[in-house]
Amino acid sequence: MADLTIKNLKKSFGDLEILKGINLNIKDHEFVVFVGPSGCGKSTLLRSIAGLEEVTSGHIYLDDREITELAPAKRDLAMVFQSYALYPHMSVRKNMSFALELAKESKETINSKVAEAARILELEPLLDRKPKELSGGQRQRVAIGRSIVRQPKVFLFDEPLSNLDAALRVQMRLELARLHHDLKATMIYVTHDQVEAMTLANKVVVLNQGQIEQVGSPMELYHSPANRFVAGFLGMPKMSFLPATVVSSDHQGTRIQLADGATLALPVNGATLHKNSQVTLGVRPENIHVSDPSESDFTGRLDIAENLGSDTYCYVKTSSNETLTVRTPGNFTCNFGQQIGLSLELDQCHLFDDQDQALPRLERIAA
Amino acid sequence: METKTLDAGAIRTSKDAAPTTGGVSKQKARMSRLMVSPSVLLLLLWMVVPLSMTIYFSLIRYNLLYPGENEFVGLENFHFFVTDLGFMAGMTNTLLLVGSVLLITVVFGVLISLLVNLAFWGQGIVRVLLISPFFIMPTVNALVWKNLLLHPVSGVFAAIWQFFGAQPIDWFSEFPLFSIIMIVSWQWLPFAILLLMTALQSLDQEQQEAARLDGAGPWALFWHLTLPHLARPIAVVVMIETIFLLSLFAEIFTTTGGGPGYETTNLAYLIYSQALLQFDVGLASAGGLIAVILANIAAFFLVRVVGKSLTEKQ
Ligand SMILES: Nc1ncnc2c1ncn2[C@@H]1O[C@H](COP(=O)(O)OP(=O)(O)O)[C@@H](O)[C@H]1O
Ligand SMILES: [Mg+2]
Repeated sequence: MADLTIKNLKKSFGDLEILKGINLNIKDHEFVVFVGPSGCGKSTLLRSIAGLEEVTSGHIYLDDREITELAPAKRDLAMVFQSYALYPHMSVRKNMSFALELAKESKETINSKVAEAARILELEPLLDRKPKELSGGQRQRVAIGRSIVRQPKVFLFDEPLSNLDAALRVQMRLELARLHHDLKATMIYVTHDQVEAMTLANKVVVLNQGQIEQVGSPMELYHSPANRFVAGFLGMPKMSFLPATVVSSDHQGTRIQLADGATLALPVNGATLHKNSQVTLGVRPENIHVSDPSESDFTGRLDIAENLGSDTYCYVKTSSNETLTVRTPGNFTCNFGQQIGLSLELDQCHLFDDQDQALPRLERIAA
Repeated sequence: METKTLDAGAIRTSKDAAPTTGGVSKQKARMSRLMVSPSVLLLLLWMVVPLSMTIYFSLIRYNLLYPGENEFVGLENFHFFVTDLGFMAGMTNTLLLVGSVLLITVVFGVLISLLVNLAFWGQGIVRVLLISPFFIMPTVNALVWKNLLLHPVSGVFAAIWQFFGAQPIDWFSEFPLFSIIMIVSWQWLPFAILLLMTALQSLDQEQQEAARLDGAGPWALFWHLTLPHLARPIAVVVMIETIFLLSLFAEIFTTTGGGPGYETTNLAYLIYSQALLQFDVGLASAGGLIAVILANIAAFFLVRVVGKSLTEKQ
């Protein structure tokens, strides 16, 4: 069992509050990913869980045991660092057996555990090398091996793939997913890379400025972001945002007017909105379509098109000078400066109130 | 300028006929050899002339008190030097001196730099104070110790001894070699601290944290991470200090003059006393050559043992 519970965790460096009250529940076998922009406190949160940072207030429980004040080694957690932090003067074997030797385990136990970890990670031919004689991916594996041998309740990863090149990153990502499956371990993983977050996680925790913005499965976060920050953070290219004003609203739907004059009726519960209040419309690139200018929601002027082969992303300027990102098929051709018509999939649009909180979509309530 | 023209030539020839590029690079190598030759020649002269003169002097009778009697005597000078009463003493003292000072500076250097590496108020000033003895000239250092610290009547140590009602110690006559070791260690400890302190600052913080998660206590951290990390700077300290300590002279000259008896005479001081106190240039040259050979033996082992850890890639 490995249930990790964090209650109202706060952490300040001097006067600066970095974590502003984190509440989180992580269940056994979950793969939890902390995402957020750089400097939002992901590492600090992870290090607080590991015991490398003293928390200012709050509690951390592992199962029924409070570990808030416990020494790092006594917490039954293992951590993989971004720099790998391998011991440079020790062989791969010694790197992996170090913790076991400090725990005074028997020679046979140590050997069998190291051999098992080496087998899982395919490190057997490298056991007698020094870290400097390994490639980046191999070092990464040794760092993971070092935590596997300890058989911890929870694995902690701090941006473990960010020092690898793109191809290796994809490969290691798959290996991590396989490892999580094979070990049936609870893993907490920090990254600023949303692809890693979306592909690896059972549960994504979006952090922003020391606070949790939303917790949920990758698809929940993608399709029903709780606020504008989460909506903008997940998705590549980013969701486009258009300012709008409310024309009329009730719990059946909301009619808004965009800055360039177009009015749209959205299946969004607008019971909390008032006429003329400011809202923001959010649309993902795949929910906008290029259509005949005469029968579209509004028109725009093509600014830049990025052709990726499978898709072409068009950056379109609306007549009120906002930029929209539109996903079109890879064979889409269009000229710079050309006027094109755009239609929105209204039931896939997101509406955010003046506090940037998402308004509930109607079909979800009906469902 | 020269190389530029050559480069242009290389491009032109390689365009005309590719195989000539080898010739061009050979030409380039000859050119660069030519360019460095003046300095190499100068260095060679610098080394070869004194060395051959010393070898020549060591093979003849050459005493300033008996001018004109410069006949060839073969290895007699060497024989005299080696069988001299002072030679064994000089050897032992040299080894004792170098060994003890190395031990003291490395052990205390590591301990002090670990302490100074902790964050505390006034860290900067303490560091500067720790380094400063290194900038004091050896003679001045020895004089300060002789007259202000160790002096049996007016020294600070004597005052402390008297304060506790003890009989002050006449350091230079009772513990002459130990006193010299103390003085020289004080002089060289800052060097060790400087190097080790700098090395400690590059100690990887995440490795320490990983080890803490692995259950390492302070002692295990020191033994398994800090000390291996310091191996290289310690090697540098040992190497450089050995080179300088083998020829230690000023501190002995200023304080004990090699005495009492031969108790603080090392090889360098022995050669000096042969040459200038007994005016026997031939004997001193022989001693000098023996010292050179000994230093080379020491250097050989140092490079074998210490240098290996230096050339190893980290
Ligand atoms: N030891 C420290 N002392 C002071 N400030 C720190 C310390 N560690 C981190 N911070 C600050 O805390 C904030 C969050 O850092 P971090 O958790 O590393 O962010 P990230 O989400 O990029 O991992 C940053 O603004 C950083 O400057
Ligand atoms: Mg970080």
